[in-house]
Amino acid sequence: MMSNLTGAERTTAMTIAGFGALIGLAMAAAGHGDPMGVHGWIVLAFFGVLFFIVASALYSPEPVEDRALSYYDDPTKVGIILALIWAVVGMFMGVWVASQLAWPDLRFEGAWSGFGRLRPVHTSGVIFGFGGNALIATSYHIMQRTSRARMPGQISPWFVLLGFNLFCILAASGYVMGVTQSKEYAEAEWYADIWLVVVWVVYFILYMRTLSRRNEPHIYVANWYYLSFILVVAILHIVNNLAVPASWTGAKSYSLFSGVQDAMTQWWYGHNAVAFFLTTGFLGMLYYFLPKRAGRPIYSYRLSILSFWGIVFFYIWVGSHHLHYTALPHWVQTLGMTFSVMLLVPSWASAGNALMTLNGAWGKVRDDATLRFMMMAAVFYGLSTFEGSFMAIRPVNGLSHYTDWTVGHVHAGAMGWVALITFGSIYALTPVLWRRETMYSWKAVEWHFWLALSGTVIYVFSMWNSGIIQGLMWRTYTETGTLKFSFVDSLVAMHPYYIARAFGGLLFLTGACICLWNVVMTILHVPQKAPELDYPTSSEAMEPALPAAE
Amino acid sequence: MFKTILKPFAKLFDFQARTHYRMERHSMALTAGIIVAASIGGFVEIAPLFSIDDTVEDVPDMRIYTPLEQAGRDIYIREGCYACHSQMIRSLRDEVERYGPYSLAVESKYDHPMLWGSKRTGPDLARVGDKFSDDWQVRHLVNPRNLVPESVMPQYAFLLETELKTSDMPGRLAALRAVGVPYTDEMIENAENDMKGQARPETEAADAVMDRYGDDTAVRFFDGRRDRVTEMDAVVAYLQILGNLTDLAQTSQPQAEE
Repeated sequence: MMSNLTGAERTTAMTIAGFGALIGLAMAAAGHGDPMGVHGWIVLAFFGVLFFIVASALYSPEPVEDRALSYYDDPTKVGIILALIWAVVGMFMGVWVASQLAWPDLRFEGAWSGFGRLRPVHTSGVIFGFGGNALIATSYHIMQRTSRARMPGQISPWFVLLGFNLFCILAASGYVMGVTQSKEYAEAEWYADIWLVVVWVVYFILYMRTLSRRNEPHIYVANWYYLSFILVVAILHIVNNLAVPASWTGAKSYSLFSGVQDAMTQWWYGHNAVAFFLTTGFLGMLYYFLPKRAGRPIYSYRLSILSFWGIVFFYIWVGSHHLHYTALPHWVQTLGMTFSVMLLVPSWASAGNALMTLNGAWGKVRDDATLRFMMMAAVFYGLSTFEGSFMAIRPVNGLSHYTDWTVGHVHAGAMGWVALITFGSIYALTPVLWRRETMYSWKAVEWHFWLALSGTVIYVFSMWNSGIIQGLMWRTYTETGTLKFSFVDSLVAMHPYYIARAFGGLLFLTGACICLWNVVMTILHVPQKAPELDYPTSSEAMEPALPAAE
Repeated sequence: MFKTILKPFAKLFDFQARTHYRMERHSMALTAGIIVAASIGGFVEIAPLFSIDDTVEDVPDMRIYTPLEQAGRDIYIREGCYACHSQMIRSLRDEVERYGPYSLAVESKYDHPMLWGSKRTGPDLARVGDKFSDDWQVRHLVNPRNLVPESVMPQYAFLLETELKTSDMPGRLAALRAVGVPYTDEMIENAENDMKGQARPETEAADAVMDRYGDDTAVRFFDGRRDRVTEMDAVVAYLQILGNLTDLAQTSQPQAEE
C-alpha cells in the first residue's frame, strides 16, 4: 500500500494523522468524564495507528513507474474489505436485536446492551458501515474506469475512506454509551457530524477532480448517480443535524428544530437517506456492474435520463408520507403522498432498464450467481419501490404505520436491493481489483445467493404477516363497539413472526460471512491474472469502457 | 399502445435527450442541475411550516419541562426508548379510543428534537402521564415482566441505582433557550437545585420549583427513595408529564376523523 506513495505524500499523510491525533487528545482532555472524552481516546488511537503505519514505511522505496499509467486501486481494496467487515458486524447486531424482541432477556447485564442502544448500531452499521464503504469503494473504481483516468491525488482517497470509517466508529461506539441525537439514521452527535462534513467536502472535490481529468467526452450514467448521492447527502446531513451543543466539552446537543418542523425535517432527511444513500449510489453500482457483467449495453439511454432526473426531483418531496394523520398540516401530507405515487414511474424505469439490459444474457443469469445477484437486486428494487408507493397512500399508511410492515418494507429494500447489488458488485469487482483469475469458490457464491435470497424472503414474509396482523388487531372492534384487543394481545401475536424474522436474518448473516471468507481466500489463494486493458487509455483506444450501445 | 400514449410527448423527449447529451459533458452543469432539482421539494414543504401561523396552535399557557423532566427526557433519548414507543396519537378512531385525544402540534413545540417515533413495538406514550402510579412506573422499569409477563421491553433497573447527574443541566437549559425554549436566567441558574427539589417534597427547594414552574408541578419522591435523587426520578417525572403540558387537546374535545 505504502509503496504507491512518494516520500512527500507520506510526510503529508503523517502530518494529517498527527494533527488528527492532537484533536483526539484535545477531545479526551476537554471531555473528561463525558462520553466525548472516550471518543477523544478513540480518535487518538485511530490516528495514532495510522501515524505509525505511515511512519514505519517513511523511508521505504518510492514508486518508480509513471503512476498515471495505472488506476489507483489500493483505497478501493481496503474499502471493499472494510465494507464486508461492517456487513458482518452490522448484520450480527441486527440478528441480535431481532432476537431480543423474541427473547427479551438475551442480553448482558448493563445499560449498553438494551434494544434501544443497540438498534442504531445495527442500522448505522449496515447503512453507513457496509453500504457507505461499498459506495465509496465502488465509486473510486467506477469513476476511474468510466473516465479512463487515475484519481488526481493519492492522499485524498485515503482521507475520505478512513475518515468516513472514523465517523462510523464514533457513531457506533457512541450509541452503546448512550450518545445519540435520537434522529433516526442521523443519531451521531455534533462533533461526529462536523467531521463527516469535512470528509464529504473532500469526497466531492475528489470526485469532481477525477471527472475533470477524464478521457471520455461524456460523463457516464453511473457517475450522475454517485454525484447526486454525494451532493444531496451533504445537503440533507447538514440541514437535519443543525443543533446547539449543550457544552463544547460534552456530547449532548439539542436540535435547532422542534415539534412539527423537526418531524418534517427529520423525515425529509430520513426518506432521502433512503433515496440518495440507499438508492442513487447503488443505482450507480447497478449501471456499471450489471452491463459489464452481462456483456450487454444498457437497454435505453433515454430511460436512464428519465429515471435519473425523476428520482432526483420526486424523491425529495416524499418524506411527509411518514407523518400521515399526525399533527403535520394536511397539505404537506397530501404532497408527500402524491409524489410518492408518482415516484413509481422513475423507479420502475430504472428497474425495467436494468432487467431489459439482461435480454440476450438470460443464459448467463442462470449460470452465473454473480449476475443473478444483480438481477435479483433489480427485481427487489422494483418490488420494494412499488410497495413503498403503495404504503405512502394515506389510508394504507393508516394501517401500516407504526407496525412491522414498515420494517419488512425497509428490509425488502435493504436486503433484497441494496445488499444484493453490493454483493454482486463485490463478486464482480474482487477478481479485477486483485488481479485474480476468478473468485476462490463459485460454489460459495451460489450458496451465498440462495442463503441471501431465502433469508430475505423469510424476513419479509414474516414482517408482512406480523405488521398486517398488528395493524388489524389495533383497529378491531367488538360488536358492542369497544376495542377488541389490548396492546399486549397484539404483542403476543407477534412472537412467532419475531422468531422467524431472526431466523431469516441469521441466514442472511451467514451469507455475508461466506462472502467475506470467499473474498479473503480469493486474495490469498487464487493465481494471478491481469485483466485486459484495465488501465487508463484515451477514448480512441479499441476497448470501450463499457459495452457499446447497439 | 405504449407508443401511441407517448406520441404527443415524443418531441419533448427527443429535445430533452439531445440537450442532456450535451449537458452531461459538463460536470458543473450536472452538479447545478442536481442541486436545483433536489432542493425544490424540501423548500416547498419545509419552509412554509415556519411561516404559516396556524401550523402550530397558539397556546399561551403551554408549560415547559422542568429541569428534572428535561433530564428524564434526555435519558429517554439516551436509552433509545423512541425506537419502540411513539409519542404521536394519529387522528384515527381506534387510536383516540386507545390512547386519548389525538396529538396536537403545540404539544411538542418545545421538544428539541421531537420524539414522535416511527414504530410501536410498545404502546404510544404521548398521553401516558398520570395513567399509572409512580410506583407502577418504577416497578415496570425495573423489570417489565414482573408486571406484564408478555412484555419484551428491556429492564432498566440500573436507573434506580444511578445517581442523577445535575452539573451539566444549566448548560443544557441554556442550549435549549438558544434554540427557542423560553427558560429564564433564573431557571438556568437554579437548574441543579430545581432538579433535586422536584424529587424532594416539602423542602425549600421544592417550593422554589413550584414558584418557577407553576403550582401544578408534580413534586414527589418519584422513585420512592428518599435518600437520593436518581435517574429513575427523572425518567418517571418525565413520563408523568407526557400529555399534560397543555390541556388544549382535552378541552377542545376533538372528534376522530372517521
